[in-house]
Amino acid sequence: MRFTPHTEGDVRAMLATIGAESVAALVAHVPAALRDVAALRLPPGIDEREVRAEMASLAAANGRPDAVVFLGAGAYPHFIPAAVEQLAGRAEFATAYTPYQPEVSQGTLQVTFEFQTAIAALTGMELANAGMYDGATAAAEAVLMTQRLRPGRPLVAVSRALHPQYRAVIATYLAGLPDAELVEVPYREDGTTELPSDALLARASCLVLGYPNVFGAIEDLEHTAAAVHAAGALAVSATAEALALPLLRTPGGAGVDIAVAEGQSLGLPLAYGGPGLGLFASRQSFVRNLPGRLVGETVDTLGRRGYVLTLATREQHIRRERATSNICTNHGLCALQATIYLSLLGRHGLRAVAERNLRGAHALAARLGRAGRLRFAAPYFNEFVLEIRGARRRWETALADGVVAGLPLGDWYPELEDCLLVCATELHDTAAHARLASALEQGGT
Amino acid sequence: MERPTAILRPGLLPEPLIFERGAPGRSGALVDAAAAGGPESSEVLPPALRREDDLAGLPEVSELDVVRHFTRLSQWNFCAATTLYPLGSCTMKYNPVMNEAVAHLSGFADLHPLLPTSWTQGAMELMARLADFLREVSGLPGMTLQPAAGAHGELTGMKMIRAYHVDRGDARRRVLIPASAHGTNPASAALCGYGVTEVPANREGMLDIETVRRLLASDVAALMVTNPNTLGVFERDIAAIGAAVHDAGALLYCDGANMNALMGVAKPGDMGADVLQFNLHKTFSTPHGGGGPGAGPVAVSARLEEYLPIPRLVRDASGWRWSDDFPGAIGRVRSFHGNFGMLVRAYCYMRALGGDGLTDATAMAVLNANYVRARLQGTYPLAYPTPSLHECVFSDRDLEPTGVHTLDVAKRLLDYGFFAPTIYFPLVVPGALMIEPTETESKETLDEFVAALEGIAAEARRDPEMVKSAPHATFVGRLDETRAARRPVLRWTPPEPER
Amino acid sequence: MSIPESLRYSEEHEWVAVAGAVATIGITDYAQEELGDIVFVELPAVGAALQRSQPLGVVESVKAVSDVYAPVAGTVIEVNDALADHPEIINEDPYGKGWMVRVTLADPHEVDGLMTAQQYGEFIAKEKA
Repeated sequence: MRFTPHTEGDVRAMLATIGAESVAALVAHVPAALRDVAALRLPPGIDEREVRAEMASLAAANGRPDAVVFLGAGAYPHFIPAAVEQLAGRAEFATAYTPYQPEVSQGTLQVTFEFQTAIAALTGMELANAGMYDGATAAAEAVLMTQRLRPGRPLVAVSRALHPQYRAVIATYLAGLPDAELVEVPYREDGTTELPSDALLARASCLVLGYPNVFGAIEDLEHTAAAVHAAGALAVSATAEALALPLLRTPGGAGVDIAVAEGQSLGLPLAYGGPGLGLFASRQSFVRNLPGRLVGETVDTLGRRGYVLTLATREQHIRRERATSNICTNHGLCALQATIYLSLLGRHGLRAVAERNLRGAHALAARLGRAGRLRFAAPYFNEFVLEIRGARRRWETALADGVVAGLPLGDWYPELEDCLLVCATELHDTAAHARLASALEQGGT
Repeated sequence: MERPTAILRPGLLPEPLIFERGAPGRSGALVDAAAAGGPESSEVLPPALRREDDLAGLPEVSELDVVRHFTRLSQWNFCAATTLYPLGSCTMKYNPVMNEAVAHLSGFADLHPLLPTSWTQGAMELMARLADFLREVSGLPGMTLQPAAGAHGELTGMKMIRAYHVDRGDARRRVLIPASAHGTNPASAALCGYGVTEVPANREGMLDIETVRRLLASDVAALMVTNPNTLGVFERDIAAIGAAVHDAGALLYCDGANMNALMGVAKPGDMGADVLQFNLHKTFSTPHGGGGPGAGPVAVSARLEEYLPIPRLVRDASGWRWSDDFPGAIGRVRSFHGNFGMLVRAYCYMRALGGDGLTDATAMAVLNANYVRARLQGTYPLAYPTPSLHECVFSDRDLEPTGVHTLDVAKRLLDYGFFAPTIYFPLVVPGALMIEPTETESKETLDEFVAALEGIAAEARRDPEMVKSAPHATFVGRLDETRAARRPVLRWTPPEPER
Repeated sequence: MSIPESLRYSEEHEWVAVAGAVATIGITDYAQEELGDIVFVELPAVGAALQRSQPLGVVESVKAVSDVYAPVAGTVIEVNDALADHPEIINEDPYGKGWMVRVTLADPHEVDGLMTAQQYGEFIAKEKA
């Protein structure tokens, strides 16, 4: 296929205007030694029908049509109303660029302002930025921000019950800071995080907790934040399942300093794990230290309300090596999609779908009582750890029946080899619950 | 071209914030919370863990409210689907509609990232093929598809460079970066703990090999270059510069922001590059989305392969699987496996065009940019006379006597129905207007665009005040950015209740 | 453009007014004009020790960031808190209400090394050319 429009006549006329003999002459100043070996050894182009057929066959090689999947662990299957993807797919949004010219980008800018408002409300924080790559990188950026805000405190404390991928990304980002050191804080018997010692917190810039954590357990953020603050450090909450927030004490209400989250649950497809959406919310007083883009309200020459990118002096295109981050995107289309989802469900729909998740997961846990037991006693939202003898064997057996019985936790936590991390959302009905129960009960025999 | 008249908001409907629409109690989508049974949250969560504000502040609107709201807002945007978007170094080419259709296939869109790999072979095969395509375009052997964006790819690449030097006993301290570089380059280097030394350009707008040699001290970890650079100029001495960098024990980082100029013309691997990050939203047609999501795959030389991030795709007898078992790896740079949805679109585009189509895309992009350059250079002086590839940079120098500046030209262009070029960048060109038309624009569109810029230059001489107060025919007038920055209002708050 | 006779000036476009052992520091009319509308000012804490030619703070316009350098060494005894909420004061009155910090001078003679109004006027004329 080609999307280039020129006819032979166009090319001739354009070359004449340029004063060049041929198109090849336009690149003749590139050294011949490079040009001579530059031919692309790629398959020849094909037409749209052929491309679509090939893509359909690759897509068909994934999943199983009769499957039921109880996987969460950082990516959550939720229902996406048709209006969300239809509106987000409008070319006016999808094929615009960063709103460098606000007079002709008010659509993108107003949506981003609405996104910031909605995320601040959802997290109970004073303000939110325009979006980041994903929850894990947002957590890493939060940690770097605490290092800027609390200079002279080399330690970064993270809960061992924080999603291991979030911990790994934080470690990768921290490797660039010569003095920083990552310290893992153990989890307790009930699945929530131990309070670190005052001595540790006194040398730490922050403590990062999952909320809910990777076991689905809901941490007591308020209690922890108070202890962290007493030691002069900052409290960071990292939420992988954003749809838990409509039911939980808000991070802002609990006194957290930076609340980050993965926004995929807010109307984005799983898409094999990306693109996701990093949510980043914090305090007004920290605004100059925030990474990422911000949209602010202002007026035009006639005094009418409008929106612009603002406080850009924090960012890489102005402050260069002294910027708060190198990020230059806000995953804008994902932020748009989340804004549409949050608007469509709204205050009441969000509460209802969150309630449906919590209730369904608890119904499922009760139903699995014959196969195994809850490993942790802490309250949970839509995900829990099931302790079950021969977990891996049972998981394999269930898989053969088209049931993905959650995630065997032994790979991430060797001490939890006999445990499955099980997630149930509004997509799982009682029939699906029954299939999982029966698959797991069979697997042991 | 007829001069646009001063009408504001022609044919467009006003729209408040979503929070100002609707009525208390309304919802666009409710589910039955009891559908699968189970106890209510109030029975399960102790009071200290329960939400305290009942979600006050979130919208209360119907589905039609939402459809109207976002449809109206969309109409306030210029976009590549409605007009030429000539942002230099941003490569706003046409985004084929078929990309969207395939990305929405359930086998891709509904795929959980932690499914057993026996259930995800199609997705992994697609990623492996895309990686092979990108290896061929880059001329480099190593590849990761993980990074979420170009800047994220830069960070990933610089982390690998750091790991390479640490393995040799000294992380080194500085990175050399040309003054014309994107701001992400120094910011990414700084995130890896490096200081930055700026490299000046020579009179042709290129790197000078003697200058580079002089700056290549033993504490230099890498030279970061964009080729062609942000002037659209191919760095003629790049191969020799790459060799000098390697002789000094440093590595060559190539920023792939301008790869749309190079397909079939030159491969970064042949220039001595050790790292090249792609921007799939630029070169390979994934939508820009008003600011992402992009994807920033990184290609590396054999020197750096062992440092590639995890997880990595590996193949054994049973097919593709993910492996973390690489002790040299810099670690994980994000969750899961990359911005897969964007990888699908880019693969679809590359497969459709093929090697011949991609080569043609570059050739036509270079033709279009040189056509605009030839047509406009009598009206706006070129920043450098050096031959350029896929973009060209002009300055506002000749408008000096009129008091009209680049910003005014950009704003006036909006009245003519075109998005503005990249302005005041690269920083080395005072009053820069950086134009990248891309290969998908027709000659007629380019002629209209040139006529608009010529018209604006004439207007600047005839009626400078009119140009300086532009735009006049856009949805809103010029916005007060000073006010926005002095007293930042970053979220909506409900009006105070009347007493 | 205004360059008061009574003040001393640095090459980084700061002014200094001396009263006994105390110096008041701000940025010049020329500097504020070059920057354009100032939207944010970052100042040191009271008690901070300033080294000559080291950054003492930052002024920002919408699209630029500039360091403000200490023209003389000393200890900060007062900062102009009004600038936090009203950075535009620097644009409106750079030599008056737009002052930035007051310091006790480490060496009162250091001021003698700075430019006079006439020298500064010549300096910026040269810089503009």
